[in-house]
Amino acid sequence: MVRLYPNRCQLVGSAFISGFLISLVRSFIHFVILISRQGKVRLTKWYSPYQQKERSTVIRELSGLILTRGPKLCNFVEWKGFKVVYASLYFCICIDPDDNELEILEIIHHFVEILDRYFGSVCELDLIFNFHKAYYILDEILIAGELQESSKKTVARLIAAQDSLVETAKEETGSISNMISQAM
Amino acid sequence: MAATAASSSSPSLIDTLFQRSLDDVIRVLRSSSSAALEAAAIARALDEIRREIRSPDLDTKAVALQKLTYLASLHHFDMSWAAFHALELLPSTSLPHPRAAYLAASVSFHPSSTDLLPLATHQLRKHLAPSPSNSPALAAPALHLLALASSPDLAGHLAPDLLPILSSQSSSNPLRPKAVATALRALAVCPDTAPVLFKPLVECLSLSSDPRAVSAAIGAFCELALAASDPSPYIPLAPEFYRLLVDSRNNWVTIKVLKIFARLAPLEPRVAARIVDPVCQLLRRSTAKSLVFECIRTVFSSLLDHDAAVRLAVDKTKEFVASDDDPNLRYLGLQALTMLGPAHSWAVEDSREVVIQSLNDTDTSIRREALRLEMGMLSDSNVVDICNMLIKYAIKSDPEFANEILDAVLATCGRNVYELIVDFDWYVSLLGEMVRNPHFAKGDEIERQLVDVGLRVRDARPELIRVARNLLIDPALLGNPFLCRVLSAAAWVSGEYVEFSRNPLELVEALLQPRTNLLPPFVRAVYVQAVFKILAYSFISFIKQIQAGELLEIGNSFIQRGGKQEGSDLVAAKSSSDQNNAFAIGDGVATDDKAILFDSIEKQETFKHESISCLLNLIETVVGPLSECGEVEVQERARNVLGLILIIRETQFWNIEEGHELTRDDKITKMVELMESAFSEELGPVSTNAQKRVSVPEALILNENLSDLLDILGDDDINPCASVSFSFRNHHSTETNQDSATAIEPNSFLAEHRKRHGLYYLHMDKDKSESNDYPCANEPLLPVSHGEDTEDIVKLPAQSLIPEKAKPTKPRPLVIRLDEGDGVSSSNLTTAKESKGDLLSGAIRDVLLRNEKKPSLTHKTSLDRTSQRRENGASENSELISQQKESNSFGDREHGNSSSRKGRHHHKERIESSGQNRDNEEKSHRHSTKSSRHHRRHKHRQRGDAPLDIAPQSPVIQDFLL
Repeated sequence: MVRLYPNRCQLVGSAFISGFLISLVRSFIHFVILISRQGKVRLTKWYSPYQQKERSTVIRELSGLILTRGPKLCNFVEWKGFKVVYASLYFCICIDPDDNELEILEIIHHFVEILDRYFGSVCELDLIFNFHKAYYILDEILIAGELQESSKKTVARLIAAQDSLVETAKEETGSISNMISQAM
Repeated sequence: MAATAASSSSPSLIDTLFQRSLDDVIRVLRSSSSAALEAAAIARALDEIRREIRSPDLDTKAVALQKLTYLASLHHFDMSWAAFHALELLPSTSLPHPRAAYLAASVSFHPSSTDLLPLATHQLRKHLAPSPSNSPALAAPALHLLALASSPDLAGHLAPDLLPILSSQSSSNPLRPKAVATALRALAVCPDTAPVLFKPLVECLSLSSDPRAVSAAIGAFCELALAASDPSPYIPLAPEFYRLLVDSRNNWVTIKVLKIFARLAPLEPRVAARIVDPVCQLLRRSTAKSLVFECIRTVFSSLLDHDAAVRLAVDKTKEFVASDDDPNLRYLGLQALTMLGPAHSWAVEDSREVVIQSLNDTDTSIRREALRLEMGMLSDSNVVDICNMLIKYAIKSDPEFANEILDAVLATCGRNVYELIVDFDWYVSLLGEMVRNPHFAKGDEIERQLVDVGLRVRDARPELIRVARNLLIDPALLGNPFLCRVLSAAAWVSGEYVEFSRNPLELVEALLQPRTNLLPPFVRAVYVQAVFKILAYSFISFIKQIQAGELLEIGNSFIQRGGKQEGSDLVAAKSSSDQNNAFAIGDGVATDDKAILFDSIEKQETFKHESISCLLNLIETVVGPLSECGEVEVQERARNVLGLILIIRETQFWNIEEGHELTRDDKITKMVELMESAFSEELGPVSTNAQKRVSVPEALILNENLSDLLDILGDDDINPCASVSFSFRNHHSTETNQDSATAIEPNSFLAEHRKRHGLYYLHMDKDKSESNDYPCANEPLLPVSHGEDTEDIVKLPAQSLIPEKAKPTKPRPLVIRLDEGDGVSSSNLTTAKESKGDLLSGAIRDVLLRNEKKPSLTHKTSLDRTSQRRENGASENSELISQQKESNSFGDREHGNSSSRKGRHHHKERIESSGQNRDNEEKSHRHSTKSSRHHRRHKHRQRGDAPLDIAPQSPVIQDFLL
C-alpha cells in the first residue's frame, strides 16, 4: 500500500517512501492553498513533497472539508492527522497537530494585510491576474515552510524594489524586440 | 501537411510575434463557461506552450514557461517535461527570465524529480555569490529553490556557498534570513553539511544579529529540536534560548523559543526550573493569545511538576474554554485540557459543563476535541459513568459523530488489553448496547472485542453469552449489514461458551431462526458451526445426566433411604414446567401436539429426552437444505452437523425409552468421549508474535517466486473469487436448490417464529406488504433539536469526572495477556520511530563535540537502515568520508582559531584508533566525549559572565559557545 501522506513520524525519519525523499526535518508549514468560495484554486505552495496527483487529491479533499463549514465555527480542521488552519476566504495552511494554530492564523492575517497593502485592498481578480506576484510576496513571508519576515513595511519595500528592477529589465528587452521586429 | 507538421514541431516566427500572453490565457479560461470548454482551452494553451517553449527566443520561452507555471500550479498539470527549458532560462541576463525560471522550478521541482537540477549547480552558485552586480532579486529565488528541491548531493555542494550570506554582518541583508531557512533544509537532506552550516546558524542567534536573522534562526532551531528524536544535543544552546525568551519582544520568536524549551525541559530539570518564572510572567502579562496558548502548552507538556505554573495555566485555559464568542479559543482550550490527562482531572472538573456542552457544539472540530478530552480523562474509576453517558449521547447524535464516539470508546476501553476495565460484565453489556445505536457501523471492532473478551476474561463469559443470546434472538438485527460481523461474533460466543448458557436450546432456535438466510455465507457458516457445538454439548449433557441419575439410583438402592425418587423428581418437576413453555414446531416432523419444552427459567442443566429429539428434528429440518448450499463453508459445516445427528440416531437412541440402557451402549460412551475431547480444550488468545516463533522448516523456501504457477493455473477456469464454491453440482442447480430452501423456510418457520417471538416483530398487516424486506434493525430517531439535547446531556453525568475512590467494586477478574504479544503494536511503533535514527542530531552532536571525523559512522545502524547512500556499499562510503574530510577542512580553515586544543587532541585520538574496527572506534569516541566533558565543565565554570549557568551538567557543550 502506498501512503499518500507522510505522517509526522515518517517526516522525521529519512526514508524513501513511495519514491520520494522524505526529509529528516519536518517543515513547519506543509503547504499553503488559497481556495475561492466557489472552490477554485487561486494559489498553491507546497513545502513538503507532494506529487502532482496527490496535490489535486489534497485540494479536492480540503475544499470539500472547508467550504462546507458554516460561519462562526472555529478556523481549524483536522485532516489526516494534520491540522489545517483556514481564514479569510480560505487561505489554508497545513501544519502538524502540535503546532500553534493561533500563530498560523496570525501568519495568514499578516499575508493578507501585505497583499492588501500591495494591491490596495486585494480582491480575487488581483490574485488571478498577478498570480506570480502573489507567489513572490508569499516567498518573502515564508521560505521552505518557515516564517521569514515579520515587518509589513520591509516586505512592501522588497517587493517594490524587485518590481522596479523587473520593469526596467522588461523595458529594455521590449525595446530590443521592437527593434528586431521593425527591422524585419 | 508538411507545413503543419513543421509548425507543430518547431516554433515559427509567427508564434513568436503573435504569442498569447499569460493574461490572454487567463481571460480565455475565465470566459469559458463550462468545464468542457475550459478543458479545451487548457488543451489548446498547452499545445501552444509546447511549441513556444522550444523557441530560441528567450522572451517567447519565458512567457510560455509562465503560462505553464500557471496551469501547473492551479490546474495541476504535470510540467516536469519542461524542467530543462526552465533551466535554459537561468543564465539569461535579463532579470525577468531567470525569475520566471525560478518560479517555475519552485512550483514543479521536487526532491525526487530533480534529476536535472545538478545541471544548474554552476548557475545557482553564480546567483548566490555576493557581488554588487548580483541583485537579491535573483539570489532570493535561488535560495528558495535550493530549499525546496535540492538533493543531498546538491545541498552538500552548495552549502559552502551559503556561508557568505549566512555570516554577512550587514544589518539589513534581506537574504540572511532566507539563507538560514535554506541552510536548515540543507541540513535536513544532507546531515553531512552540519560541520559547515551549524556554526553560522548558531551565530545568527547572537544579540548583534539582525532581528530577522534571529527570528529565522530560532525557527530553524525549533524545527531541528522538534524533529530530533533526542534533542539533548541542543541543551548547550539553552543559554542563548533563555536570553531570547527573556529579552525578545517578538511574539513569534518567543513562541518558537517556548517550543524548543518544551522539548528540552524534560531532559534537564534545571532548564525547567529556570524557565518557569519567565513562562509565568508571559502567561500573566501577554495579551497575545497565541503566545498565551503556547505558554499553556509548554506548561502542560513539560512543566507539570511546578504547581504554581500549572494552576496559572489551568486558569488561563478555563478562560479559553469559557469564551463563548470565540470558537477558536474554545477549541484550543479543550485541546490544552486534553494534554493534562487523568492525573489532573481536577482541572477539568470546573469546566465540566462546558466540556459536555461542547460535545453538542455545531462545530465538528470542537465536538471531536471535547470527545478526545473525555477519553483522555478516563480512568478505571470513572470509565463506567463517562462511557454510559457517551453511549447514551451517541444515540441522539448525528451518524458520523455517533460512530466517532463509539470508535473512541471502543479504542479507549480496549487499550492495552482493557486496562481501564474492572467490571467486565458492565463492559460486555455496554458492547451489546452499542450495537443498538441507530447509526451503528463499527461491527468489525465490536466483533473483535466480543471474541477477545471471551478468550481473555473467563469471568465475563456468563454475561457475554447473555449478551450474545440477546443479539442472536432478535430477528430484526439480521437484516442490517453493519451488524452481521457482530452477530457472527455472538454466534461464535454462543457456541464456544454454551456451558454458561441457561438455555442452550433457545440458542439453537435463535441460531436457526428463519431470517438467518439474510446473513452472508461466512456468517452463516459460523452460525451452523455454533449449532454443531451446542448440539454436541446438549447431547453430552443429556447422556451424562442419565449416567449420573443411574449412579444416584444405584447409590440410593445401596443406602436404602427413602429419598430414592430424586432422579424422577427432577423429571416430574420439569414436565410440569414443560406444559407452560410448550410450543409446537409446525413442520412435517414435529406436530402441534408434540409439545416440547424449552425450559428457560430454572438454572438446571437437565435435558429431557423429548427436548433432545426436538432439537435434532429442528436442526435437521433447517440445516438439511444447507447441505446443498453453494457456499462451501456453509455446506461443509452443515454436513458435519447432519453427520453428527445421523450418528446419534444410529445409536438406537430413539428406540430406547428408558435412558438406563443407554449407558451400557459402548458406542455412545465412546462417542461422548470423542465429542468431549473435541471441544473441551479451551481456546486462548494468540500472541501477535506467534507466527514469528514458528521456525521455518529447512527445506521450505519462503521467498520462492511462484510466478511459474501462473502458467499452470492460468488457462484453467480457476479464478479466485470471494466465495469459493466447490460444489459437485453445477452452479445453476445448487442455486435453485437454495432458492427453494429459502422459499420453504420462511413459510413454515416464519409464522411459527413470529408467534413465539412476537415482541420482535412488527404488526402483521405491515409485515405482509413488505414480507421480504426486513424492518431496519434500529429505527432512526427523528432529528432532535440541539437545545433539548444539551440539557439532557448536562443532566446525564450526575457523577463527576473525578474518580470516586470510595466505590465498592468487585475485584477485577483475571485478564489473560500475553506479555510479548499484546501491546506490541504500540511499543513497536515507538522503537521504530527511535530506530529511524537521527542522523541529523547525530551529526550536530558531532559538530558540537568538534568530533572532526566521520560523523555518520557513529550512527552506523541508522545509516544502514535509512540512508540511500548505503546502497553502493563501502566504496561509496569512503567517498563520503573523504568528502566529509574536505568539508571539515573547510570548517577548520574558517574557524581554526576558535577550535581549542581539545579539538586537536580528539583528532589525534581518532587517527590513532582508525586502524581498529568500528566498534572500538565508537567506544573511544564515547570515551573522548566523556573526557572532553570534564574539561569543558571546568572551563565553563571559569567563565562567569554566562547569562545562564544551567549548562554545567549538560552532557555536551560546544567550544564556540564558551
